[in-house]
Amino acid sequence: MSVLVDRNTRVVVQGITGAQGQLHARACIEYGTKVVAGVTPGKGGTRMDAVPVFNLVSDAVRETGCDTSLIFVPPPFAASAIMEAAEAGIKLICCITEGIPVQDMVRAAPYVRARGARLIGPNCPGIITPGQCKIGIMPGYIHKVGDVGLVSRSGTLTYEAVWQLTQVGLGQSTCIGIGGDPIHGTSFIDCLTLFQADPATRAIVMIGEIGGTGEEDAAAFARAHVTKPIVSFIAGQTAPPGRRMGHAGAIIAGGKGTAAEKMAALTAAGIHVVKTPDSIGEKMKEVLG
Amino acid sequence: MKIHEYQAKQVLATFGVMAPRGRVAGTVQEAVAAARAIGGSTWVVKAQIHAGGRGKGGGVKLCKDLKAVEAAAEQILGMQLVTHQTGPHGQRVEKVLVEEGMAIAKELYLSMLVDRNSKSVVVLASTEGGMEIEEVAAKTPEKILREIVDPTVGLLPFQAQRLAFGLAIDRIDPKLVNPAASLIAGLYEAFRAKDCSLAEINPLVLTGDGRVVALDAKVTFDDNALFRHKDVVELRDRSEEDPLDSEATDAGLNYIKLEGSIGCMVNGAGLAMGTMDIVQAAGGSPANFLDVGGTANAEGVEQAFRIITKDPHVRCILINIFGGIVRCDVVAEGVVTAFRKVGLAVPVVVRLEGTNKEKAHEIIDGSGLGARLVMADGLRDAARKAVSAAAGKG
Repeated sequence: MSVLVDRNTRVVVQGITGAQGQLHARACIEYGTKVVAGVTPGKGGTRMDAVPVFNLVSDAVRETGCDTSLIFVPPPFAASAIMEAAEAGIKLICCITEGIPVQDMVRAAPYVRARGARLIGPNCPGIITPGQCKIGIMPGYIHKVGDVGLVSRSGTLTYEAVWQLTQVGLGQSTCIGIGGDPIHGTSFIDCLTLFQADPATRAIVMIGEIGGTGEEDAAAFARAHVTKPIVSFIAGQTAPPGRRMGHAGAIIAGGKGTAAEKMAALTAAGIHVVKTPDSIGEKMKEVLG
Repeated sequence: MKIHEYQAKQVLATFGVMAPRGRVAGTVQEAVAAARAIGGSTWVVKAQIHAGGRGKGGGVKLCKDLKAVEAAAEQILGMQLVTHQTGPHGQRVEKVLVEEGMAIAKELYLSMLVDRNSKSVVVLASTEGGMEIEEVAAKTPEKILREIVDPTVGLLPFQAQRLAFGLAIDRIDPKLVNPAASLIAGLYEAFRAKDCSLAEINPLVLTGDGRVVALDAKVTFDDNALFRHKDVVELRDRSEEDPLDSEATDAGLNYIKLEGSIGCMVNGAGLAMGTMDIVQAAGGSPANFLDVGGTANAEGVEQAFRIITKDPHVRCILINIFGGIVRCDVVAEGVVTAFRKVGLAVPVVVRLEGTNKEKAHEIIDGSGLGARLVMADGLRDAARKAVSAAAGKG
C-alpha cells in the first residue's frame, strides 16, 4: 500500500518533448513508472522513445487511459496545462514547473478542485512510491521501500531527509513534495490525512519552511487527528524578515511565518521537531525505537 | 518587483484610481517649478525611495509656500534617507514627488494581496488610515474588513459597495460611497491586469472638497509574471536594489546577503535555508543565502564564487550540493576549475551527496589545493569544518 500513486498508475507527461520533460520522463520510465503517453501541442502522432505523443491531454486519456499527469510545461503556459489535465479527467496532476504567475494559480486551483482532481505542486519535485513508481524529478536511488511517509515544501532538502532515512535503514511508503509556491494544490493537512489513513505508513516526516501558516495549520490538525509519530524540521531559522528565500512562498511577512513560531506550534502538538536538518533520520530512528 | 510611489500613482491613474495632482522632480529647480505648475497654496514634498517609513525618517515635508518647497527639496534630494526598512545606511534620494496639499476629511486604509489561505485575491480595508496594517491587525483586528474575490467572477460591485459602507463613508459624505466603490473596483482591475502581488493605498483619503484620493500608493509586481508586462519592467529602478542581488539575479542565481562570515552555495532553496540553519547551530554565521539551482555546473559555481567573495566579511565558503540528476564528479570538477579561475583567497569546504561521490572525493583530494579545498562527509561534518575554517583553524 501507499498513497496516491503505485505500480498501476498510468502517467502522461505534459511537455515530454522539451529538454526537462524528456530527461525526466526517461528517468521515470527507468525507475519503473508506467509512462503511457506524452503531450506536446503540434507533436501529436510522434513518439518520445517508445512513448506515444499527443497534441492534447484529452487525446492521451482517450487513447491510453492515463490517469495521472506530470507537467514540465514552461511557466507562461503551465496553468493552462494544469487546467487542461483536469478538464480531460486526469485525477492526479503533478506540476514541476517553477515560476508560474501567482494569479494564474489563483484561477487554476479552484478549476482543478471543481473537476474533482488533485494538484500536487507547482514548483515541487513530485511524488514517489519507492519500488513502484516515481512521478517527478527526484533521484530514484536514494529511496528505499518502507513505511515512513514524507511530505515537504522543498526539493533537495527532501532528498536530504530521504537519504538520511534510507541510511538509517528506514524506507519510505510515499514521499510527496507539495512545492514552494504560495498557492499550491495539496497541503500538509491533505498529506497527513492520507498518511494517517494508509496502513502501510507507520510514521511521518514533515519538512516545512518559513512563510505562510501551513505548518501551524498542520500542527493543529495533527494534534486532533494524527496518531502516528511525526518528525519535523523547519528550514529558515536564520532567514531575515521581508526577504524571499528562493521559493516564492518562503518569506516572513509582517512578522508572520517565522521558523520559531512554526517550531513552537509543532512541538506543542506533540510533534518531534529537530533543530538541524542533519538529524531527521536519527530522530525518526529514535522515535520508532 | 517594487516601484516608486510616483510610478505606482501613474499606473493606478490609468485604472481610475486618482492621486493628488503632482509632479516628480530630480532637482530643486524642478521641484519649485512643479509646485508652481500645480498651483494652490500648500504642497507636499515626498522622497521617492522604495522603502516605507519615509515620513518618520524626514523624507516627507508639508510646505506652505514656494520657499518652503525649495528648502524641502534641497534637504531631501541627495539625502541618505534612513527608515525602518532601509537598514542603517539608508537609501539615497534621487527624486522627489511634489503634490498639492489636501484638505483631509478622513483617512482610510485599502489594500489587495494574494492570500495563501483562501487561495484568492483578498481586499483589506480599515477605518484606521495612516497606521501600519500589521499594527491594526495586532491591536484591533475587528477594524479590518475583508472581501475575498472569487477568481471566476472577479471583484463584484456589491463587494466594493459593502466595503464602502463598512468604512462608514456614507456617514461622512453619502455622495462619496459610489466614487469610493469605483476606486476599489479600479484598484482590483489594476491588480489583475498588471499581475500585482500587493497594492496598498495608505492612506486613502476623503477630501473636504468631495473627492476620494490615493494619498500614498505602494504597488509590488509578481516577478514571475513580468514576462507579460514589458511596460512594468521599464519601471524598474536598479539604484534601489542591492548591487550584489541584481548581479546574482542577472546570473540566474538566487542570492541574499546576510551579516555572517560563512558564504553558502547550495542547490535548492529549502536545502540552502537548512544549510544556513546548521551553520548557525554549529556556532558560525551564514554570510548569505545562495541557491545555484538544479545543475551546479562550472560556470554557475564560478559566478557564485565571484558574488559570494564580493562580500569582504566572507572567511570561508561552504558548498552543499545534493546531486540528483547531476553527478558529483561533474560538480567536483566544476568546483576545482572555478576555484582556480577565480583565484579564491578563502578556504572552501565541499559537501557532495549523490552519484559518483567517491570519484568526486578523489578529484577534490587530488586537486593540489590542500587545506584550501576540503571535502566534508555529510551535512554535520560540513558545517563543523566550515565554522572552524572561518575561525582560521582550518
